[in-house]
Amino acid sequence: MSTVADYVSRIEGTCGAGSDVIVVFKFDKKDEAVANILKKATLKNTIAGIIMELTYKDTSFRVYKTGKAIFRGIESKPKLMDLLAELLL
Amino acid sequence: MHRGVHALSLEATDLYEKSREHIAKFINTKNPSEVIFVRGTTEAINLVAYAWGLNNLAKGDEVLVSLMEHHSNIVPWEITAKQKGFTIKYANVHDDGTLDYEDFENKISKNTKLVGLSHVSNVTGTINDVKRITEAAHDQGALMLVDGAQSVPHMTVDVQKIDADFLAFSGHKMLGPTGIGVLYGRKEILEGMSPYEGGGEMIKDVSYNKSKGHCDLTWNELPYKFEAGTPNIAGAVGLSAAVSYLEEIGLDNVLSHEKELTEYATNRITECKKVTVYGTTDLSKKCGIIPFGVKGLSSHDVALFCDNFGIALRSGYHCAQPLHQIFKLESSARASFYLYNTKEEVDRFIEVLREFDQI
Repeated sequence: MSTVADYVSRIEGTCGAGSDVIVVFKFDKKDEAVANILKKATLKNTIAGIIMELTYKDTSFRVYKTGKAIFRGIESKPKLMDLLAELLL
Repeated sequence: MHRGVHALSLEATDLYEKSREHIAKFINTKNPSEVIFVRGTTEAINLVAYAWGLNNLAKGDEVLVSLMEHHSNIVPWEITAKQKGFTIKYANVHDDGTLDYEDFENKISKNTKLVGLSHVSNVTGTINDVKRITEAAHDQGALMLVDGAQSVPHMTVDVQKIDADFLAFSGHKMLGPTGIGVLYGRKEILEGMSPYEGGGEMIKDVSYNKSKGHCDLTWNELPYKFEAGTPNIAGAVGLSAAVSYLEEIGLDNVLSHEKELTEYATNRITECKKVTVYGTTDLSKKCGIIPFGVKGLSSHDVALFCDNFGIALRSGYHCAQPLHQIFKLESSARASFYLYNTKEEVDRFIEVLREFDQI
């Protein structure tokens, strides 16, 4: 059975007032990760075919074709992990 | 190194000390022993804050820095201020990111014991007239610490001309390896300072005093007093090689190339409707850094987008949160140019930024 760790390489907090969190997917699983997310989240907009603006439940986030995602305003790491589990698995 | 007598040890010592002499000449110190190898600018400033600050600052004393400083020239002073009770004052920065010289000079007083200032802002590229501030500091008997992390790699920096008491810079910003940097310190000041770390190399004599039940210590001479433990030999030699490369090209050529690219990029970036450039665009006051934002996107979005095209941008606070507070920004993206960048790369960068016009 797959886990979030099968898809995620690193989770990085960024500096800046917004406290964005960048999720970096594993290189060999990034296409699968993006495809899984697109099945569950709602695509709101695509920027230059590279940035996908998505929403899932009450959370807005952006996914990049390069295998990264930015989440903003996530309250805690456990909440992010729960969200990722719902989106990826 | 310094301690072994076999051939490899002597060779390593020779290479390490030749690197020191080379770097001393590069920044024009009076004596190679004024060059202390450290891990980078951050460690260099911490060394001054702890080895000089803890022994020379007390309640009633003041340290003056600017609001455009990198955190590495703020945090060590805030930490040591809490220990010693001295006051830190911050000089203002204008809305365009340039230094408010008048405010800076007005805040230097007889109580000021040390003044710290970036030679070049790591966020805006603004070049500060450190000689002017040094004169004002010295007039009041204060020492001057120059953060040269963003200037030494890009322009000729002569410690005797700027008359700084301390100059800090990093190898990795000037084509050298990571984990190596330099603290220049005026010899007479370094001689009066206590060591920063204890261990091998920095000590001349550790003599157990049986009657007192402890060891009597005699510090090593400069610069070894500040280089405890086995040093980063490969880093120092690598930094010297990087300096040789920069000298061969000529730092005046490096600076003029960067200015040309910055001017070109600053002009062309106006074609990008969603892009706002922060800070001054007056090229006589700055070097090869363009901080900017894209309407509707965070700086991290911008950096990730550009990464898709192989363009590496820094995003966030750039370890300079107070300056972002002045700009009223949550964060910024930063394009920076060096000797290896080309006009064609600027064109590509602008082309990528113009993609945001479609949003």
